[in-house]
Amino acid sequence: MSESLKIDDLKATVEGHEIIKGLSLTVPKGEVHAIMGPNGSGKSTLAKILAGHEDYEVTGGSVTMDGDDLLEMDVDDRSRAGFFLAFQYPLEIPGVSNANFLRAARQARLPKGEEIDAVAFYKEMYAKMDELGMDRKFTGRSVNEGFSGGEKKRNEILQMMMLDPRYAVLDETDSGLDIDALKVVAKGVNAMRSPERGFLVITHYQRLLDYIVPDVVHVLFDGRIVKTGDKDLALKLEAEGYDWVKDEVLASA
Amino acid sequence: MSEAATLEAVTIDSEGDFSYPEEYAHDAGVGLSEETIDYISNVKGEADWIREFRKKALKTFESKPNPTHWASKDLDNIKFENIRYYLSKGQKPTRSWDEVPDDVKQTFERLGIPEKERKFLAGVEAQFDSEAAYSNIKVELEKDGVIFVNSTEGLREHPELFRKWFGKVIPTGDNKYSALNSAVFSGGSFIYVPPGVKVTHPLQAYFRINAENFGQFERTLIIVDEGAEVTYMEGCTAPKFETATLHSAVVELVAMDNAKIQYITVQNWSNNVFNLVTKRGIAHENAEIRWIDCNIGSRLTMKYPGVIMKGRKARGEVISIALANDGQHQDTGAKMVHAADETTSNVVSKSISVGQGRSTYRGLVHIPKHLKGCKNNTECDALLINSNSRTDTYPAISVRGNQHATQHEASVSQVSEDQIFYMQQRGLSEAEAMSLSVNGFVNDLVREFPMEYSVELKRLIDLEMEGSVG
Repeated sequence: MSESLKIDDLKATVEGHEIIKGLSLTVPKGEVHAIMGPNGSGKSTLAKILAGHEDYEVTGGSVTMDGDDLLEMDVDDRSRAGFFLAFQYPLEIPGVSNANFLRAARQARLPKGEEIDAVAFYKEMYAKMDELGMDRKFTGRSVNEGFSGGEKKRNEILQMMMLDPRYAVLDETDSGLDIDALKVVAKGVNAMRSPERGFLVITHYQRLLDYIVPDVVHVLFDGRIVKTGDKDLALKLEAEGYDWVKDEVLASA
Repeated sequence: MSEAATLEAVTIDSEGDFSYPEEYAHDAGVGLSEETIDYISNVKGEADWIREFRKKALKTFESKPNPTHWASKDLDNIKFENIRYYLSKGQKPTRSWDEVPDDVKQTFERLGIPEKERKFLAGVEAQFDSEAAYSNIKVELEKDGVIFVNSTEGLREHPELFRKWFGKVIPTGDNKYSALNSAVFSGGSFIYVPPGVKVTHPLQAYFRINAENFGQFERTLIIVDEGAEVTYMEGCTAPKFETATLHSAVVELVAMDNAKIQYITVQNWSNNVFNLVTKRGIAHENAEIRWIDCNIGSRLTMKYPGVIMKGRKARGEVISIALANDGQHQDTGAKMVHAADETTSNVVSKSISVGQGRSTYRGLVHIPKHLKGCKNNTECDALLINSNSRTDTYPAISVRGNQHATQHEASVSQVSEDQIFYMQQRGLSEAEAMSLSVNGFVNDLVREFPMEYSVELKRLIDLEMEGSVG
């Protein structure tokens, strides 16, 4: 079996309402998949369920990461096992500097009793910040506090680079970004594309996919994947909207 | 008994949670009466005036009700008749760790005291239950005339200095617990720094409760003469017993003209200790008294360090951090009494409530009408971690006259579940995420602490957070 992030017939509810209704998709390692869909289709819910947010109750199906049951793991175990979520709305952590936060996250990946090599850590962090065009002053600033929308998203990508995940989900990373910021973020993601990593890029608009070109595009509607295609599917959605997809779904129902 | 065997006999889930078997040469028994006081005075061979002072204080203690009309009703759960008021092994404090009894020495070694002394301290006093077991300062300081002894020895050897200020900053009748301390006090430090002497490294006292149902009542008096400076640090721990333990200290500071005193507390009481402490200093002209107070642990802490700014241009400061975890109530704050022109006070309080933990800030700032040019700044910030915790702020600022400047700011913030989720998504455990948030919240204050203590505080916060999640 090839390595993949495999979601199989996933069902989930929030406060008793079913939001995800039998969703299946597989992201093989080395590929970039995009999920598009209208508002309220369940895109961000899916991202949070994969990360293990406790507001959502999984009522059926499975999610495995390279064969391991992801749903069995605690939130932090999933992260340390190589699952990363770039948040749509990154949280602020007052008083905790970016550098300390990243350092703590890296430290959490080491065996107990082992100390992080601070010099090597800073060197690596600075190099990655340079790649993302982030000013050094961000190391000392509190995590995301007072950051602009673009700076927050850039910071998510920095965290992703430093944590080197096997699978990364990007939840509407393009929202609130101007075109220059979008290009920087895309550059960071593209630099991380590798046969050793899979991406699931959640977006409402096709624009991001001009810069992060996906191998596969899925359309999510009403808690299910209703269509899968190549990058041209994204262009068609951009040109024609989602109505034709909805009509197809309703016609087949 | 070998050390290994003793260690095995206790469960250790935090660093202070261990105890050694009780073997005491002097035990005043259970309960409090005139006989208890005679017992303590006899063991210590005290002068008659002290014995009388104690007995008078006992009457004051008995006549005062618990302040439950404004403070926690939990005070009523203290069973004074079940407490042991004096326990000692009959040891005289030695200047060499080699002469300290083995179990006592091992206790302090496990708490890292001798190591810290070697590294960065100018002097150490280590108290085990009622009496000091070890007391030492660097020879150079002694040559300069600095006195650093336990209060028993201070009373005996330096009565002229001691008596002048003893009970003057905090009178016996200040509150029920200062009266109790005045009746049965034992241990604590006596420090005198002669004019112009600046003690560059901190002096440290460590208070350790080892016995169950015990009350520790240390009494500390620090006198810093004109233009002199000192930093004093105290640490406290106790093992986790099934029953309540009482710690009720009185600390009096006197800063003469142009003197500076910095008093740092990092306490880590186990969560059945009632910690009811009265701390106050008098700052004479252009003198500065600064309290840095970190309260972690205990069942109930009530502590409001104060500064009476008696001389012109005197300065008072209280910087406090309180962490209330499940089952704990931190009732802390500050008292700033401006009693001369151009005096300045600053209060910065940060409290953290976790789980069912409760924290309360009580502040008093008093600036009377006849003075001019006084300034006060008060900031209270509270952090709540999860929705069951509670925080209250009761600031009382009384300013009369119109030639003063006061400023008060308060804030309450919360570590949301989503913040914890975010940090966990980056690989931190729940405890690590909470600990990081708490450290972030107190970060700007901790930067003011001596390095060794900021490291210690961070470690204690980590330990406390580990314990707070299943």
